[in-house]
Order: sequence, then structure tokens, then C-alpha cells
Amino acid sequence: MKLELRSNKDFWAGMMFFIIGAGAILMARHYPYGSTLRMGPGYFPVVLSIILIMFGIYVMLRGLRKNEKIQGNWSIRALIVLPLSMVIFGIVMEVGGFVPALIVLCFVSAASGREFKFIEILLLALILCVSSVAMFVWGLGLPYPLFQKIW
Amino acid sequence: MEIFNNLIFGFSVALSFQNVLYCFIGCLFGTLIGVLPGIGPMATIAMLMPITFALPPVAALIMLAGIYYGAQYGGSTTSILVNLPGETASVVTCIDGYQMARQGRAGPALAISAIGSFFAGTICTLLIALFGPPLAEMALKFNSPEYFVLMMMALIIAALLAQGEMVKSVAMVVLGLLLGCIGTDVDSGWQRFSFNILELTDGIGFVIIAIGVFAVSEIVSNLGDPEERSVFTSNVGTLFPTRDDMKRSIGPIIRGTVVGAFFGTLPGTGPAISSFSSYMVEKKMATDPSRFGSGAIEGVAGPESANNAAAQCAFIPTLTLGIPGSGTMALILGALMIHGIAPGPTVMTQKPDLFWGLIASMWIGNVMLVVLNLPLIGMWVALLKVPYRYLFPGIMVFSCIGIYSLNNSPFELYLAALFGLLGFVWRKLECSPVPLMLGFILGPLMEENLRRAMLISRGDPLVFVTRPISLAFVIATILIVIIMQSPALKKKRGEITG
Repeated sequence: MKLELRSNKDFWAGMMFFIIGAGAILMARHYPYGSTLRMGPGYFPVVLSIILIMFGIYVMLRGLRKNEKIQGNWSIRALIVLPLSMVIFGIVMEVGGFVPALIVLCFVSAASGREFKFIEILLLALILCVSSVAMFVWGLGLPYPLFQKIW
Repeated sequence: MEIFNNLIFGFSVALSFQNVLYCFIGCLFGTLIGVLPGIGPMATIAMLMPITFALPPVAALIMLAGIYYGAQYGGSTTSILVNLPGETASVVTCIDGYQMARQGRAGPALAISAIGSFFAGTICTLLIALFGPPLAEMALKFNSPEYFVLMMMALIIAALLAQGEMVKSVAMVVLGLLLGCIGTDVDSGWQRFSFNILELTDGIGFVIIAIGVFAVSEIVSNLGDPEERSVFTSNVGTLFPTRDDMKRSIGPIIRGTVVGAFFGTLPGTGPAISSFSSYMVEKKMATDPSRFGSGAIEGVAGPESANNAAAQCAFIPTLTLGIPGSGTMALILGALMIHGIAPGPTVMTQKPDLFWGLIASMWIGNVMLVVLNLPLIGMWVALLKVPYRYLFPGIMVFSCIGIYSLNNSPFELYLAALFGLLGFVWRKLECSPVPLMLGFILGPLMEENLRRAMLISRGDPLVFVTRPISLAFVIATILIVIIMQSPALKKKRGEITG
């Protein structure tokens, strides 16, 4: 039987645990370890990393044996665009203010969906904008300028 | 009777205009978002959590609790009407509830679920008032070894009960504990895993992880695999259950409440296992088990009462011991800590207004849920028809504002985006994020207690089995693990969740 590593669910899960564990142990090796009696800042993380690495190896090996496939779509578009919309929101919030950030967020996040109708999104963005301003800025009193005047 | 004095005090707190208002807002928002398709209770609580940070602690907790059981309740509505469980706790409600809806009996199913939940809620409010104080008193005798073992127990059981395989769930717990190490070590002031990033020196806020992992990745996954939904809106039918319905439901409601209260109180278990057990009990007790699966009202009444009972009794270990029993309780615990309240048995004595006010507000919340849900059912049905493409930008708006408001800086948004990505990968690899969340929140507490335990015992790890209370917890954990792993139970669980 040919092993398909690319979509082997447990192989990648184990690999992830292993890599995170190994990375953590590399970083934590300089932290003072202390002793069991007086644990230093390194003790807990190092022990956890070792446990995580062992779990990683076990899950990986089991994945090789069971060879179960990852189910469903990867929805690459949404996976990239949606987190990106949060990053953009953060940036626009700093340079443009609350209202522009919200509008941009609505458009970019809506673009991660399958349908994109400009008029619909515009209306949605306006509704969300008005209600968020009313609720967060006027209602809860969050101190965000609606528009930044930097240009 | 002291319990009545306490409850009266609680109601005097909870019935203040401000607190009733926040309880109402919480229930309304919780139900609203819980009913909306594609958003589970964890995501609901996570995205609404930052709003409550601006409130005084009592009001914040009351509102959060309202959101929690509102969302839970909304999940039942969707299981009955659209066959879509918002979370595992409502999976069993789908089986018979949806069949009832298909037979045009959605109304009675919803009504019985409301009545059962209300009954369970009332009983559990009394239970918390009754057992909370003695439990907290007992917990005052706990020392670090006991706490460490108790947290371990909660994490192990939570991992056992999480969806997916146990090994990966335990690994996710460990990963959560490791993430909890990020930031300044309280003991030594040492910077751990902070990558020289100033914002990471205080550690990662749990809201950031929760929103990323539960809200953002949920949207990505919904956009990738759109769900089929068919709403039975044409005939919710009369709301009133027939006399026969009522007669059949009384037993299941009482038994469901008992089952739910039991499992809810145990750390690590929660609504999901309760509703599942209650369904099994009812099927066993029924004179004609073949009716189950084709619209038996007992199959709605029992599990619905059980999951509400469990949802409320889950507050018992959270408030008295500081040990969360489920992912949602971990979030509530996190909120307590944000408000500067150290979770544990001292909450009751140092913050009696919070403890008793919260308990009283649970009962008020239950009344509100019935009032909100039954007459307004038409509105919730209409909401079910809102297309997802209008919903998810709204969720994103709420989530992003919430995250930004944590620290008024964009860095948290970048982190949340990262956790959104990771959360989706975990979903694909079938690694449940709930154990990770529990591990993350309990991590710092566990490390602290482990350190203290080792100081007490002069570095002897046997301390966990030589102290009687601690030993009892160890034995209980082992027993529960063995029972949960028994082939018979596994098989039955497979039968139900299919």
C-alpha cells in the first residue's frame, strides 16, 4: 500500500505537536531549570515540551499505520482572506479611524465568501457601521476616533 | 435557614435595575447569536466577552452567564427546527426533536424543551445555593497538591470527553498548558517564549485565542463546507403540548435534571455527556423504545432538561473550587480573573454579592429565557433564514472590535488572525481546541500549585498520593478514565452520535 503523506491526518497532527514541542524546548533550554524542589522558570515548559514531543511522535507513527485522510475542503480563499481582513482592520484602525476600518473589514471579509455583490455588501457595511458606532462608541464609550485626520 | 437568607440577599443584588438589565441583554444576545446558524456557544461567548469587561464584575458575570445559557438554549431551538446542533450537547435533541418538527409538532417540542429547561434551572439554582457553601468550606482545606490533582483530573476528563480521539485531545491540553507559559513567569520574572515582543510579556489574552480558534476558524470552515439547511417554518404548530405530551414528559424531565446535575457538577464533564446519558436512560426506561428516533417527546424532554441542569451545575465547581468543568466554564473563569477575582473557595466569602447575585440571576435568566423564547419563536424562525453571507461579516466586526478594545492596539488582532489560521488547521487535523482552551486557562494556576506542592513536600512527587484528599482525586480520575474507556460505553456513544 502506498503511503499518501500529503493528506495523512494524524501524520500532520503528530508533526505539528512534534515541531511545536521541539521549538519550545529549543527556546526554553536557556531558562533556569531549577530543581524539583525549587522549580525555575524553565522546569514546567521543558517538561511540557518533552510530553508534547512524545505525543507528537506517537500520533505521527499512528498516522502512518492508520493512514486516515483529512476530510472536507481546505477553503484556501477564506483561510487566507479572513485572517487578512483582521490584520487590515488593525492597520486601518491606526491610520484611518473606526469607520474606515469597519468598512474595509466588511468588504474584505465578505470577499472570502462565495458570493460577492457590491451593493449588498455596501448596505451591510453601512448598517454594521452605524450600529457599531452607536453601540461601541456612543453606548460603551470606547475612545476611538471615527475618522483620523492624518491626510 | 441560612440558605434562604443567602438567596434573598442574592435576589436583592440580582434584582437591581442594572443587573436585571444586563441579565436580559445577556439572555437576548445569547439566544440571538445562539439561534443564528453556524455560531456555537463558545464563539458566542468569546466574541461578546470583551463587551463585558467594561462593566462592574457582578454585572459582567451576570451578563456572561446570560449569554451562556441563552446560547445553549438557542442551540436547542436550532436542533429542533433545522436539525443543526449548535454544539455536542444538543446532538441528541436533534434525533427526536427534528422528527417532531417534521411531523408538524415543532411547537410542543420547543415548549417541552423550555419547560424542562426551566424546571432543571430552578432545581439547579437551589442545588448551587445548597451545596455551594459546604463545598467551598471543604475546598478551603485543600492545599496545593489537592488543587494540582483536581486540575489534572478536570483536564484529563475534559480531554476524554472532547470530540475526536483522546490522544490528540490530551496533546492539545499539553499544548494549551505550554501556550499558558508565554509571558513573564510570576515567580522569577523571567521572560518565557515572548520573542522579545513587548505585547507578549503579559502573556496572550484568552479572549484572543478563543475568538481566533472558535469564531474565526468556524467561519472559515463554514465557508469551505456550506451546510445544507432546510427550515420547517411553515408549521411550528401550536405551542401547547397535549395532555399526553405532558404526562410522558414529567418523568424524563425529573430524571434528566438529576442526571444533568450529577454530570454538571463533576469537573471535566458537562452538558454533552449529560444529555447523552439522559437519552440513554429514557430509551432504557421506555415501554416502547422503538418510538425513539421517530419523534418521541421523551427524547426531547430528558436531554433538554439534562443539558440545562448540567450547564448550570457546571457553575458549582467553577465558583466554589475554581475548577472549570468545560470550555465555556474556562472562559467564565478567565473572565473572573480579568476582573481581578482569584477563583476558588474564597469567592463566596470575599465576594458574596457576586456569588449569590450570580446564582439568583440564573433563576431570573431562566424565567427570561422562557419569556423570550416561546412567544418570540416566530422571530427566531425568521432569523434562521438569514443567509450566512450576511452573518459572517457581522461576526467579524464584533470580534475585531472586541479584540482591539482589549488593549487598544492592533497587535492583538494579528495574534487572533494567527489563531484563526491555527484553529482551522486543528479542525482539519481533528484536534479539538476545547481541551487546549482549558489547558491554557488552567496552565498558570497548575504551575503555581505544582511549585507550591513541591515546596511543601520538599520535592517529593509522592505527595500527591500520600495526602488523603489528593489520593481520593487520583483514584477517582483513574476510575473515570477506566469507565470511559470501557468498550460498552464507547459503543453506545458511537450509536448515539452516529
